[in-house]
Amino acid sequence: MSKGNGLKSGSRLEQVLAAGHFAVTGELGPPKSADPSIIEQKCGYLKDKVDAVNITDNQTAIVRVSSIAAGVLAMRHGLEPVMQMVCRDRNRIAMQSDILGAYVLGLRNILCLTGDHQCFGNHPTSKYVFDLDSIQQVEMVRKMRDGRFLCGEEIRNSKKADLAPPKMFIGAAENPFGDPFEFRVIRLAKKAKAGVDFIQTQCIFDMPRFKEWMKQVVDRGLHEKVYILAGVTPFKSARMAKYMRDNVAGLTVPDSLVERMEKAEDGAEEGIKICLEQIEELRETVGVAGVHLMAIEWERKVPEILERAGLTPRPEVDKQALAS
Amino acid sequence: MIIAERKPIEDIRRMVEGHDRVLVLGCGTCVAVCMAGGEKEVAILASALRMAEPEKEFKEATIERQCEREFIEEVRTTSDGYDLILSLACGAGVGFTAELLEEHRVVPGLNTKSIGVAEQPGNWSERCLACGECVLDLTGAVCPIARCSKSLLNGPCGGSQDGMCEIDPKNVQCGWQIIYDRLAKLGRLDLMEENRPPKDWSAAHAGGPRRVLREDAEP
Ligand code: SF4
Ligand code: SF4
Repeated sequence: MSKGNGLKSGSRLEQVLAAGHFAVTGELGPPKSADPSIIEQKCGYLKDKVDAVNITDNQTAIVRVSSIAAGVLAMRHGLEPVMQMVCRDRNRIAMQSDILGAYVLGLRNILCLTGDHQCFGNHPTSKYVFDLDSIQQVEMVRKMRDGRFLCGEEIRNSKKADLAPPKMFIGAAENPFGDPFEFRVIRLAKKAKAGVDFIQTQCIFDMPRFKEWMKQVVDRGLHEKVYILAGVTPFKSARMAKYMRDNVAGLTVPDSLVERMEKAEDGAEEGIKICLEQIEELRETVGVAGVHLMAIEWERKVPEILERAGLTPRPEVDKQALAS
Repeated sequence: MIIAERKPIEDIRRMVEGHDRVLVLGCGTCVAVCMAGGEKEVAILASALRMAEPEKEFKEATIERQCEREFIEEVRTTSDGYDLILSLACGAGVGFTAELLEEHRVVPGLNTKSIGVAEQPGNWSERCLACGECVLDLTGAVCPIARCSKSLLNGPCGGSQDGMCEIDPKNVQCGWQIIYDRLAKLGRLDLMEENRPPKDWSAAHAGGPRRVLREDAEP
């Protein structure tokens, strides 16, 4: 694409959203060891099925292959990564350095996150950073895209050199199920002000509450400034549904869904059916620009789910597109 | 005030190992109020130590404050002849006592916890992290640095649920829920909508040990 295409990063995800397609993103958790074979395997399931795949950043504070490295491997296996970056482990110096690093390695999407507290992970005695919060982080990445570091200095190698900013498509997460509920849309508005381009939500099970939140988003006109990708997760079994209801922080799983899973003869099939119904409903919800499918340790089912949802094949984009 | 808690007796016994004459030195201000290192706690600890180590001498003394020169000078003579001072002050007091009574070895009898308040009898909680640039005017006088587990500045993270923090939903309140409720009560929820810029952590300890200088207070 030539200059003046209006793209901020030229990433595939950005192009799909800018063209008005209903976007699909997936998720890939990097391995907990120096054996990368699982990345290739998971990429095999997701390739050509999703527009981009989130590479988690030491999620739940458990040490894993870094999101940049796993992102580069995902790229080699034909997927466009969304590099997640949490505020827990890096200060503003390390973040900006890693953003430059990720960019020179070809990464074009970033997801700015606060990050789970380290007490959840395998190094609970570590020291956290939280130099920035996720809203400040979004603003920093946006400033970098515009050519300046957070400190105000221009991003160039010398006074005579051209500006060489990392042009990232900037995402963030939002949890409509967090409290206080009335603040959740305010938080999104703050992220929009900071310059976020897209949002992926926490997995949605409580559809009425999600829709209430979406209504507030639309009332504030935020859906016109930010692409909202609604998070969905298929239950593998009734046990998983129950576990997520009772043990996972920041989620609400209605009892009716757990009961439905319990009554089903084929739990896995029922879980997929529920997921398909949710995707259907989300596609019809005003302001929802796509889905973020988090098939937790169930990546192999992603092709089936997306095919049955009528979301494959994915639209073609200009692979050579650059940000204008 | 500074909140502290006495170290386990086994740890204290390890520190007094090899010392026969120990001065147990209390501090009469913060740590006395939070019942960790005042005169009473000095007496309790000294008698426990005497029982555990009957062959040693444990002398009791408590001064007004171990963070001020003039009070520490009061025990200079008392401390003569003791080969160890077990200080029940906060970390600052322990260090200053050692600095002034330099011929002595001084060890800490307390773990210093926080700058906090006596929320309930027997319940002291953290309220300030001494960040160096107070923002309480923006948060309904509830500290986001100390009371949010992640020191966030732009409102609650996604882990806030039913008023509680993700790190321990049974016991730890979400600091930002408290701020939100407080601002709602004050009719100032507009403050929640403002984007707060990154904090200048150089005003906090990240900028190195801090010092306050005031010419008008100089002798
Ligand atoms: S904002 Fe800073 S100075 Fe004010 S109470 Fe919190 S930590 Fe203390
Ligand atoms: S739940 Fe509340 S207190 Fe805990 S880290 Fe999140 S915002 Fe801070």
